[in-house]
This record gives sequence, structure tokens and C-alpha cells, in this order.
Amino acid sequence: MTGAEIVVRCLQAEGVAYVFGYPGGAVLNIYDEIYKQDQFKHVLVRHEQAAVHAADAYARATGRVGVALVTSGPGATNAITGIATAYMDSIPLVVLTGQVPTAAIGMDAFQEVDTVGISRPCVKHNFLVKDVRELASTIKKAFYIAATGRPGPVVVDIPKDVTQQSCPFEYPAEIRMRSYNPTYRGHAGQIRRAVQMLLEAKRPMIYTGGGVILGDAAEQVTELTRLLGFPVTNTLMGLGGYPAPDPLFLGMLGMHGTFEANMAMQHCDVLLAVGARFDDRVIGNPKHFAKEARRIIHIDVDPSSISKRVKVDVPIVGDVAQVLDEIIRQIKAGSERPDQAALKAWWAQIELWRSQDCLKYERSETVIKPQYVIEKLYEVTGGDAYVTSDVGQHQMWAAQYYPFNKPRRWINSGGLGTMGVGLPYAMGVQLAFPEAKVVCVTGEGSIQMNIQELSTCMQEKLPIKIVLLNNRYLGMVRQWQEFFYEERYAESYVDALPDFVKLAEAYGHVGMTIERPQDVEPALRDAFGKYKDRLVFMNFVTDPHENVYPMIPAGKGLSEMILV
Amino acid sequence: MRHIISLLMENESGALSRVAGLFSARGYNIESLSVAPTEDPTLSRMTIVTRGSDDVIEQITKQLNKLIDVVKVQDLTEGGHIERELMLVKVRASGEHREEMKRMSDIFRGRIIDVTDKTYTIELTGTVSKLNAFLGALESDAILEVVRTGASGIGRGDRIMRV
Repeated sequence: MTGAEIVVRCLQAEGVAYVFGYPGGAVLNIYDEIYKQDQFKHVLVRHEQAAVHAADAYARATGRVGVALVTSGPGATNAITGIATAYMDSIPLVVLTGQVPTAAIGMDAFQEVDTVGISRPCVKHNFLVKDVRELASTIKKAFYIAATGRPGPVVVDIPKDVTQQSCPFEYPAEIRMRSYNPTYRGHAGQIRRAVQMLLEAKRPMIYTGGGVILGDAAEQVTELTRLLGFPVTNTLMGLGGYPAPDPLFLGMLGMHGTFEANMAMQHCDVLLAVGARFDDRVIGNPKHFAKEARRIIHIDVDPSSISKRVKVDVPIVGDVAQVLDEIIRQIKAGSERPDQAALKAWWAQIELWRSQDCLKYERSETVIKPQYVIEKLYEVTGGDAYVTSDVGQHQMWAAQYYPFNKPRRWINSGGLGTMGVGLPYAMGVQLAFPEAKVVCVTGEGSIQMNIQELSTCMQEKLPIKIVLLNNRYLGMVRQWQEFFYEERYAESYVDALPDFVKLAEAYGHVGMTIERPQDVEPALRDAFGKYKDRLVFMNFVTDPHENVYPMIPAGKGLSEMILV
Repeated sequence: MRHIISLLMENESGALSRVAGLFSARGYNIESLSVAPTEDPTLSRMTIVTRGSDDVIEQITKQLNKLIDVVKVQDLTEGGHIERELMLVKVRASGEHREEMKRMSDIFRGRIIDVTDKTYTIELTGTVSKLNAFLGALESDAILEVVRTGASGIGRGDRIMRV
């Protein structure tokens, strides 16, 4: 069997449903084998970056490993942004890259680039396959590494001659690596300490991140939170980890988190952190965070995430769902419960913070407020949509004003903050769930960073709804310039925007421009009703001066928020 | 604090660059790094000398452990250990300096392994500080060339690192 055929057979054996890719010289043999089979579908994107983003979103929405296939040289370099994006958010991906024939490696051959070298700092692991006999076991390893432990992207670089050579095919049923053994079971002693600490808490707080989504532990987080009656907050990556409409939920925390979540985080005495990493956008300045004394329990599958930015008292390395199950079991088995009087006083304090109503905004009859569009979107979709977003103000408004009920519904680039992910993310999700409502909330800056994918959407007949919050500015940049650069708006005004309606129509889709607040809801209803089966590009012309509040300026602490 | 970190890793091409890349990407410093295959040709043993606070060293060992090719990591400085470095020094050895050089080499238990009528090449093994002391004891214009391997380390007694 040839190497190219082996690649295809491996993907089939892994149960891959979609491969997102773009052909080129070095991968022609693989494409020829894809042509001859119909077990998985190949989705032809218009730029390799979008292939990786779409595979990434497929993985985020389904929990399965996403797969992308690109050619050597520029194919691989175009894929890098997608790979780095997935790496920062720990998304399981296998990216197959073509490479020039082994004899040409190092000769500055046509479309040659050192893919293993270039991708090394932004992958969980990568391989260059030099021998066809190692191809199947390498691909098996790639899927295994991508999906286990703290997930991440794995690149498999395959020279063209390896795809031509032949060897007998055998796909290993399982793989063992002496150098890679993630820890899943939490340390029993530490778990007992954690349970004790939780039961002794007077001002407890539960803080959960993307690890809860990736580790399928939303159910456990919900059960534990309700069992204890503790307040809970999610990071941007963790939204959907706890049902947002629930009163125990304090909203998102961090730079644009709610007043109540950030204040409770700062002033709690026992903090349970689950699958979260105290990053700079979450706690701001670690020195300011450390000013208040609190004991911290941190559950994470990746030991290097623990005590990295913040010293932790009870570190628990393990699978978050398994560890939480054990904590719940022990609490239920015991008779001890948290101090109800203390908890009541703490909730009274939290309700006081909550009464600030920090997400209120000035409503308008004349100009469309971006927050209003998201609120209406929530209403019209019944809170049941998959929402992908790009990066900027619109991303924060979507996170703040669309309360997510379930995990894996909110798909965005939190770590790397990659503008341009929104549309390809929506493609990956819509392919995974053809019947679901899939919305891409975006800005006029971000959408133009992968606008060419409107063509892929037409080819695949994807009924994505694009909600463009068009304020004619690179809004988040403009906001920082307003706050911190004395309103010197250097290059943040986007002049010469395209006519988005005509643009959508040129690609064969439905386009709308909405300029008045009263037209927002009817437009959304049309998009999900009359044009249910079409891609609808809704260009909402919004208030250009609106800012995202609350805001913690970079380098400041959680209790130093700017409120409206 | 100075730490000596030992690792066992898969002897794959590119393994060294993963370690070196990790140190540069995360801003950790490397004082020296030495690497070679072990008695098991599928494994390489690496010794890294680095400096950092306890927090930084904890992160370094965790991040090294996270590398897929790394099988084992040990901070040798946490317990009893031995470190050795090999140095070759070519020195001026003419006229009245010739006898003096021989004596210095003997004092530091060096071995003269190459001789010309104007130079000696001295082989010296020891801890990093001993090698530094030897160089310090020579007049700087007597030193023509220096090459050092970087430290190798091993645990004392029963402290054994193997797969």
C-alpha cells in the first residue's frame, strides 16, 4: 500500500468525518487517494488558515480531533496562525502537511519550508515522517497525543516520496509511549484537603475555564456548585461550563468581566480553580491579586499550569471531571456542610455588588447599540445557537450579552486572539451540526481577514448567519486609544469599507444592511425564518462610540475596574 | 540559584532543538548544556545548567516534562550529586613560561595532551568552579584557546535516573 493510501486509511480508521484542506504539489498523491474514497468528506477552503480554523472549530464543538491537510511551503506557513490559535486554547488537532521529497529537504527546493522547525513553538508535538513504514504509527501517535492529557495541535509533515513508497499497512490498535503518560487521577490526599477546605470556606468562589469545556466537566461543575450553593464564574474560554441564567452564576470574570465576578474573585477566602490558568486577561496583575489572602485549590490536567502565575495551596493534577466526581462523592458521603450563616453574609455582599448592574448600557431609539443586537440575537435564537466570534469589541459583547446554557456553544479564540477566525469557525461548527443555528458575530475588521471563505460556504451550502457589528472602527483598538492614548485614533478608523450586501450577494448569499434599532429584530427573524437555509450576512450599522464595560486596564488589579 | 537539571529523552532528530527552543521561548537562561546518547542508543542524556528563582526552576522542570520526547527530568541540585566538566586549554609554553605551565597543570591535576615547542594543550576535568579557578590562575595573555564541554551531572550513591 502506498504512503498516500496509508494516510487515507489511517484517517478512516480514526473515524474522521471531515478533512479541511487545500491541495498542492506535495500532497497530490494524498488528494488522489481522497478522490477514490467516500468515507470522509474533504472540505475545500479558500485559504489554508481557514482550513485549520474550521478543523479547530469542529473539534471545539464536537470534542473530537479536527483534521486539516495542506501542502508544503506556503500551505504550511499559511496554516501556522490556525495552529497557534488552536495551541493557545488547547484544541485537539491533527494537521497533515506535505513536504518536498526527502532527497530535496535542505536543498531550498520549490515550496520547501522547515515545517517542523517553524511550527515547533506552537504545537503540542510534531513529526517529520522519513520512512513510509513509520507513517501509520506516527499518525496514530499524532491522534493520541492531540486528544489526550491537555489537548493540542499535532503536525505530521509528510515528504512527497513517502506518499509514493509502499509498505504493508497495519494500523496500531493502541499506542504506548514511555515519554508521554498524562495524569488523570487526582492525588487522593490532595482531594481530601480540597474537600475540607471547601467545607471550611466562609467566602468561597468557584472559577472555571476552558479546561472544563475540553474535559467535558460542565455537569460536574454544575452539580458541585449547586451542592454547595457557592458562587461561580467562568472565564471567556469557560462560558457554558455553568448555565449562565442561573442565579449562582456571577457572569464572566476578567478584563471585561462583571463587577460581581471580579470583586468576588478578589475577596473570596477559598478559591476553587478548575481548568483555568489565572492568565493576564483574567486576574490582571498577579501582585494586586495576591494582596488579599485566600487559599487556592487548583485542578488542572497540565501540571505546568499550576503555580505558574499564582501560588496555589492545593494543587491537583488530573482529569477535571474525574477529580470533581471524587470531590462530589466525598462531600455527599460526609455530613459536614459549609457554614450557612457565613455563606449567607457572603451572598449578601455579592448581591450588593451585583446590584451595580454593571452591564447596563444607554439604550437608543435612533442608533443601533451593539449590545442590543446580541440581546435580540439571544431572544430570536432562544439561547440555543452555536455562536462563533472574531476578536475585538463584538467578541466581548457576545460573551457578555449572550448567556450560554451549555458547553461547546461558544467558539472563539481566547488565547491567541486571532482576528479572522469567526467565519471559518462557523463553517466547522455548521458542518458538524448541519441542523443547528450557527451564528458568527464579527466586526468589519475581523470579517475581512477571512472574507474569502464566503465562497467555501456557498460550495458547502452552509446556512451560517453572520452578525456584523459594523462601527467603522477597529473598535477595541479605538477604545484603548480613547482611554489610554488621549483619543489619538491612529489607524483605527476603517475607511473605504466594501458594500457588504453586494459582497454577500456576489458570493451568492443573502445580504442585509440594518441601520435602525427597530429593524434589528425583524432582520434576525428573517435570517432564521425566511432565509433559514441560506447564508445571511447582516450588516448592522452600530454606534461607533460604544465601549466595552466594565474594563480592567492592562496591568491593573481585579478591583480596579472602569465602570460605565 | 544555580541548578543542574538532568534529562533523559528520546534520541530523535530535533529533540535538542525542542529543549533549546523551550528555553529561549520562555526566557529561561542556559549556562551550559551538554548532550549525548546513553548506553541505550534510543535515549539521550542531557545536563542543563541554569539559574532562576524556585518558581522559575519549578516551571522549567514542569515545562521540560511536558515535552513529548522527554522521558525523565531531575533537578540534581535537590540532592547529593556530582558534576564534572571537561576543558581543553591551549597555552603559550615558551621560554621561562614552559616549566611554569607544566607546574600549574600538575597543581590542578591537568594532563598535557599535545606539545609543540611553543604551546601545550592541557586537559582538565572538574567542577565548573575548579576550571574557572585554573583559568584565573593563568596569565590571560598565556591563554591561546579554550574549549569547554559544559557540565555533566549525576546523582550520588543510590540516586539513579534511568527508564
